[in-house]
Amino acid sequence: MPKVYIPALLRNVTDGRAEIEVEGATVRQIIANLVTKYPGLQDRLLDNGRLRPNISIAIDNEITPLGLMEAVSPSSEVHFITAIRGG
Amino acid sequence: MSTQSYSVIGTRPIRHDGADKVTGRAIYGADFQMAGMLHGFILRSPHSHARIKQIDTSKAEAFLGVKAVVTTKDFPEVDGGKMVDLGEGDMPLAYARGNVLAGDKVLYRGHAVAAVAAVNAHVAEEAAGLIEVEYEVLPCVLTAPEAMTPDAPILHEDLKMKELGEVTDKVSNIAEHFRHVIGDVEAGFAAADVLVEREFNTATVHQGYIEPHNTTALWNNDGRISIWCSTQGSFVVRDSTAAILDMPVSQVKVTPMEIGGGFGGKIPVYMEPVAALLSKKTGRPVKILMPRQAVFEATGPTPGSYMKVKIGAKKDGTITAAQAYLAFEAGAYPGAMVGPAGMTVFAAYDLANVLIDGYDVVVNKPSTAAYRAPGAPNAAFATESVVDELALKLGMDPIELRLKNAAKEGTRRADGPKFPRIGCVEVLEAMKNSEHYKSPLAGAHRGRGVAVGFWFNIGLPSSCTLNVSADGSVNLIEGSTDIGGTRTSIAMQAAEVLGLKSEDIHPTVVDTDSIGFTAVTGGSRTTFATGWAAYEAAQDVVRQMKERVAKIWEVSPDTVEAADGVYKSNGYSMGFKELAARIGETGGPVVGRGAVNPRGVGGSFAGAIVDVEVDPETGKTTILRFTAVQDAGCAIHPAYVEGQMQGGSVQGIGWALNEEYFMSGDGRMMNSSFLDYRMPTALDLPMIETIIVEVPNPGHPFGVRGVGEANIVSPQAAIANAITHAIGTRLTRLPMNPPAIMEAIWCQRSTSRRS
Repeated sequence: MPKVYIPALLRNVTDGRAEIEVEGATVRQIIANLVTKYPGLQDRLLDNGRLRPNISIAIDNEITPLGLMEAVSPSSEVHFITAIRGG
Repeated sequence: MSTQSYSVIGTRPIRHDGADKVTGRAIYGADFQMAGMLHGFILRSPHSHARIKQIDTSKAEAFLGVKAVVTTKDFPEVDGGKMVDLGEGDMPLAYARGNVLAGDKVLYRGHAVAAVAAVNAHVAEEAAGLIEVEYEVLPCVLTAPEAMTPDAPILHEDLKMKELGEVTDKVSNIAEHFRHVIGDVEAGFAAADVLVEREFNTATVHQGYIEPHNTTALWNNDGRISIWCSTQGSFVVRDSTAAILDMPVSQVKVTPMEIGGGFGGKIPVYMEPVAALLSKKTGRPVKILMPRQAVFEATGPTPGSYMKVKIGAKKDGTITAAQAYLAFEAGAYPGAMVGPAGMTVFAAYDLANVLIDGYDVVVNKPSTAAYRAPGAPNAAFATESVVDELALKLGMDPIELRLKNAAKEGTRRADGPKFPRIGCVEVLEAMKNSEHYKSPLAGAHRGRGVAVGFWFNIGLPSSCTLNVSADGSVNLIEGSTDIGGTRTSIAMQAAEVLGLKSEDIHPTVVDTDSIGFTAVTGGSRTTFATGWAAYEAAQDVVRQMKERVAKIWEVSPDTVEAADGVYKSNGYSMGFKELAARIGETGGPVVGRGAVNPRGVGGSFAGAIVDVEVDPETGKTTILRFTAVQDAGCAIHPAYVEGQMQGGSVQGIGWALNEEYFMSGDGRMMNSSFLDYRMPTALDLPMIETIIVEVPNPGHPFGVRGVGEANIVSPQAAIANAITHAIGTRLTRLPMNPPAIMEAIWCQRSTSRRS
């Protein structure tokens, strides 16, 4: 089952849990299953069904440009991190 | 290290735009002319914080030669809460628009208030002086620690603090407080034999690009807006202008002119929507050039910061815990680069226990923008100073201490993910084995310092088109502003695939109507991402050329092999140029297409070794020797990589020793000219030596990482460490200019006398 790492900023809506194993073959499915258990994640991660623009998704330590549509394998690590730009 | 052999990559061809640049024929925004063009001037606030009670433009509008005046009232009414992407992340439209023309308040001296279009720039400036603005002057706040106090003047009455991810009801200058946690930092400190904790301050500094901002806009009769400007991202200007003016993006076309430097500061829009509004009112093109004073006062410098860093280690040098408190000045609107500072502050180290708190704080200074590895140099100044002090206390070589704790593939970053293949260890090894580090440094008041730093680099979308010409050359069409030689570094990647010379590729940077979406030239992404688009476009050309030659030879395209620009099948052989001459008879034009939104971004580590001599009578620091070391992944054009390393190092030296926004108590920048804002020149510096490390990025076809930013992260700390070793006391505030050094020396003498 994919393992989702919850950043410190979101742990107040996941009962303090930092790592959660969640079913799902895509990021969208994983977030949907997470939200079922932790409803507070809904507004923190999504805006009108789309990933909030200040959040990037890293799957297996690589930021994905596909966001919610990215495929996730059963052994994957999923991270929600701050979107980075640059100079 | 890279062992791959290439024909074009790794060579040093002359840049394609070189002749135009050195002969003065390159067209910059200030050169741009149109028939019937008007000239604009922007009236700016003399106050750092004031409420605008009334603006009377009647005298200016009546002035001879004036064609139009605009204020914020000329913007169409829209939902100010709508979020818009300005190239460096989203922000509320009200803030984006408010920074272009102030609404009910001015938030920094230089804040744009109104604008005039007239028959020439002198008339426009004089008429702007006739605009009467009634201000209610408010108290200002200029630093993050002051702005965070409960009784500080509030900049935005609608700004509610986001505390650890949740929006609170508290109206505050603190836009956001975030946190990263790994392990148990208190337990880590308890296990340490040695602890070092220091506070640090850094001043606001500007990117200092030579070319001021400029723009020309034409709001045409058909409702479309055309803009010619100096920008790091033409599509960002298009999208930002369209959002601010509530237009569809298809109604805005942006042509990027040549650019005289940006370093992150030419990503936001400042004058483009204003010029467009003036053009709409007059029906004529309007050109606005920004004076240097306004560049300093009203564009986006990098944040000043207050930081505390604490690190503990065992006697053998193993770091047991690290903690950081980072409070960054966002300037007038939220968005200080404290997020990336928090993600990079301990990035060079493999740590089990980490606690990082970051604060994004608005103050009455211009809204900050990106500047090379935004946020990371501030943070590295603090961390690398503490690590140096730790090495002193432990009696360890400072590079050995860093190597013992260095981040590597699999190290978990403080913000969560693990590092992929990175070159931190290789950079430190190259520093340790360098002739510079092995050489002795003798003499009084001299010191050597080292430091290391990291920047993520980014991906984002890029597009590229290749058109094969009958003479065997290839026209390359791209949308990335060329700031540091990227026409050539992109063309070289196409040439490598096609088996051609760099000179056979003719790159052109085009407007937003003429190429697919391409994100900013920033984040060290252009050689990585647009280069990848060129790689894909070249692969597309090769595929089509195989089909063409297969028709000539009457063979299956699958049997055709291409290598080094020669196509072969069943004993036949034909070079690219010979084949290009026959594309007309084999089906017409060959056009290759590449469009990417790549993953596989490779971060870059860089380090600095610096020798300084401090004059104990004047406090002047002389850089005796400076070596920059950086992991490029793959150096497509080594001379341009070296140029980036030298440029970033020099900007870091200026940041360390001289540069600052010297502010009066009422928020006035007292040194808003290049005469008084002291940037280093060639006369101030030795040759910056470079060592390119190549740990290929497995995520890119050629192993590219991107080299535009990591090189500015470590110089400030390396110089601070060198000065510490030269004078025997540590400076924790940037800039470390002669007055600061003299004060440190006097303090040290005073303490010595007392003891």
